[in-house]
Amino acid sequence: MAMHPVRKQRLMIVLFIVVFASVAVGLMAFALRQNINLFYPPSKLINGEAPEGVNIRAGGCVVPGSISRSKTDLAVSFAITDGKGDVTVKYTGILPDLFSEGEAAVVNGQMQGGIFMAEQVLAKHDENYTPVEVAEAMADASAKTGTSHQASCDGMDMSGNKNY
Amino acid sequence: MIAELGHIALIVALGLSFLLAAIPMVGSYSNNLLWMRSSRSLATGVFVFIALAYACLTISFMESDFSVAYVAATSNSMLPWYYKASAVWGGHEGSFLLWVLMLTGWTFTVACLSRSLPMAMVARVLSVLGFLTIGFLLFMLLTSNPFDRLLPDTPSEGRDLNPLLQDPAFVFHPPILYMGYVGLSVNFAFAIAALLSGRLDSAWARWSRPWATAAWAFLTLGIALGSWWAYYELGWGGWWFWDPVENASFMPWLVSTALVHSLAVTEKRGVFKSWTILLAIFAFSLSLLGTFLVRSGVITSVHAFATDPERGVFILGFLAIVVGGSLAIYALKAPTMRAVATFGWMSREMFLLLNNVLLIVIMLTVLLGTLYPLIADAMGLGRISVGPPFFNAFFVPLVLVLSVLLGIGSISQWKRTKGQKLASFLWVPATAAVLIGLAVALMYGDEFHWKGWLCAAIGFWVIAVSLRDWWNKASKKRGSTFGQLLNMNASFYAMMLAHVGLGMTVVGGGLSSIYSVQSDVRLVPGDKVLVGAYEFNFSGTEGIRGPNYIADRANVTVSKNGEQVAVLGPEKRRYFSGGNMMTEAAVDSSFGRDLYMAMGEHLGEGAWAVRVYVKPFIMWIWIGCLLMGLGGFVAVADKRYRRLNAVHPEYTATTSAA
Repeated sequence: MAMHPVRKQRLMIVLFIVVFASVAVGLMAFALRQNINLFYPPSKLINGEAPEGVNIRAGGCVVPGSISRSKTDLAVSFAITDGKGDVTVKYTGILPDLFSEGEAAVVNGQMQGGIFMAEQVLAKHDENYTPVEVAEAMADASAKTGTSHQASCDGMDMSGNKNY
Repeated sequence: MIAELGHIALIVALGLSFLLAAIPMVGSYSNNLLWMRSSRSLATGVFVFIALAYACLTISFMESDFSVAYVAATSNSMLPWYYKASAVWGGHEGSFLLWVLMLTGWTFTVACLSRSLPMAMVARVLSVLGFLTIGFLLFMLLTSNPFDRLLPDTPSEGRDLNPLLQDPAFVFHPPILYMGYVGLSVNFAFAIAALLSGRLDSAWARWSRPWATAAWAFLTLGIALGSWWAYYELGWGGWWFWDPVENASFMPWLVSTALVHSLAVTEKRGVFKSWTILLAIFAFSLSLLGTFLVRSGVITSVHAFATDPERGVFILGFLAIVVGGSLAIYALKAPTMRAVATFGWMSREMFLLLNNVLLIVIMLTVLLGTLYPLIADAMGLGRISVGPPFFNAFFVPLVLVLSVLLGIGSISQWKRTKGQKLASFLWVPATAAVLIGLAVALMYGDEFHWKGWLCAAIGFWVIAVSLRDWWNKASKKRGSTFGQLLNMNASFYAMMLAHVGLGMTVVGGGLSSIYSVQSDVRLVPGDKVLVGAYEFNFSGTEGIRGPNYIADRANVTVSKNGEQVAVLGPEKRRYFSGGNMMTEAAVDSSFGRDLYMAMGEHLGEGAWAVRVYVKPFIMWIWIGCLLMGLGGFVAVADKRYRRLNAVHPEYTATTSAA
């Protein structure tokens, strides 16, 4: 039976959209798998739970006194903690304005030989704001160990709420 | 007293919006003309009271009344007056009041400019907008009242507006963006009204087109302004970060771009009707989703307001009601609407359909990337983030395909176009684009970069097609071609401006990403750094004092081939209200390139960490966006809408009699 040309066109359009959409969804799923960065708290990093040489994210409080700057270039190293373990982060470049000791920071990069080689360092963007991941990791760590946060992080508002 | 007056005004406005949502809607069904007519006065009333509340909050800010909790949290007595006035939208509560002010402002505008529409349509559109106002006002009064007092412990000084926000762009970016965001609600209301009345014809499309275009133009300008602001304020040199909040504004933009095009087809050819309705619903739903993402604190973002789960739940509930309700109405009513017209494979309709499909696919990738961290978290897959590579992997190729098709589609004709005719028109712009692309790729960068060539070629292709179209149309008219170039329809100029704008944005976005040169260095006074062809000489810093901050300003001269081309003064500021240092980047902009410099930390002994960029073509991005927005406003100003509206007074008679 011959199809009405309008119906035929509509069918073709629908088929095209279905095929196009499936290809797009397939590609998206593939690209997502390549480009998601899992978040690890420092205690998991030092336990070797994170894969080496894969892009990941980490975050925690910057340990006071751990920041050391090179005298000749922009290399810097510092340690971040979730209250349960510290990991050393190495980075070359400019640190964000709100990066400082005892404050939360999130780093993007890879683990190499037990050291986190950061390609990007993010600090909280507002004096009252803690990245959700960091707040959670800190809360987890303190719940598991039964200890309170390190002195440096005591002043921090872990829930991310504004306090007046 | 002022704050209480504002609070009362909000409550009165809420009461009026309940009436607005109910009376005209019932009137439109019981055919009670008086009840339908009440919609205009009620819409005016709601707007007046919200404006009053807004004025009250502004007065509290100007007077630095720190007994108002919101003022104490976002203002400071040392702020200059213009930042005090704009600090009103510096936090969650006040920016939401601005949002509601915009919504009622749009509602009021619809009430004023709808004299030629059938009364039943006006009543339903305003009622739907009244319903939305109820939701937002309840949200504000129940979870985020900007007029809450801090009594008796009134602080003597406010905590200050976040220094990041103390920038001229902050005065313009949120209001313009919100104009766009909220303007989409008008099209949503038109869509629901059309579904309820079952009347979806060319006249309907003609009524809603200017509203969609206006909202789209505001959204375009708002996003561009935000991007430009992030570019020079954050000091990272980037202009788009695929940050969840940027995405939240970009998704409604993508859908409203599709809507503007789909409405054109519905008006001219009477097809894509149900699809247009669906787009109008989606565009507004995405703007609500954006509100949810920004204000619930479920995502980590530069823009995130303080988290409050209660707010999130409220907006999510409202989102569910709006999306669920409108889709239910759509499911019940849409099947009754049938298109009769047909069109061929090579027709303007088909190209606009492709445009819509591509825009929606782009929107879906952005949506997936934005929501995936939430989904993964909910499913217990751990905390993840989706990086820019994911977004770029889809966005860049899809936009390039879209731009190539744009060139063909914009000059094709309705119903059917002969391929030969297209080819004979298009070979000139195609050749020009390829050659210009080659020239650019050979001029910039150390070696030939095919991506640079492709981006430039496709961007210039869009521009060249539009310009050739302009010239052709003018030369076909009687009289001198040059005279006729200035004698086109407003709708043609609008299309051309927007398309040339897109072309420029593609060129700017592509080339600035591929050919920008960056250097992060440690500089001591007297040091020089060579970036690209430019030599940056750092002669040291000086202390300066602003109205509410002190700063170190670097003195930098930039020279090219031994000739001085710019003087830059990037700053590192410390605001008196406390807090950390803030970076104030220095940018020397020109049509061909930006010289960009931002200071990092002081490394001791006069040495500073400094970030230097040379970014070619980056200004094209914002000029392109300006042209797009301008095109939108030219389209809205088209006399055609007013003239055609006035021709149809019989609609008023027939529909109100029915």
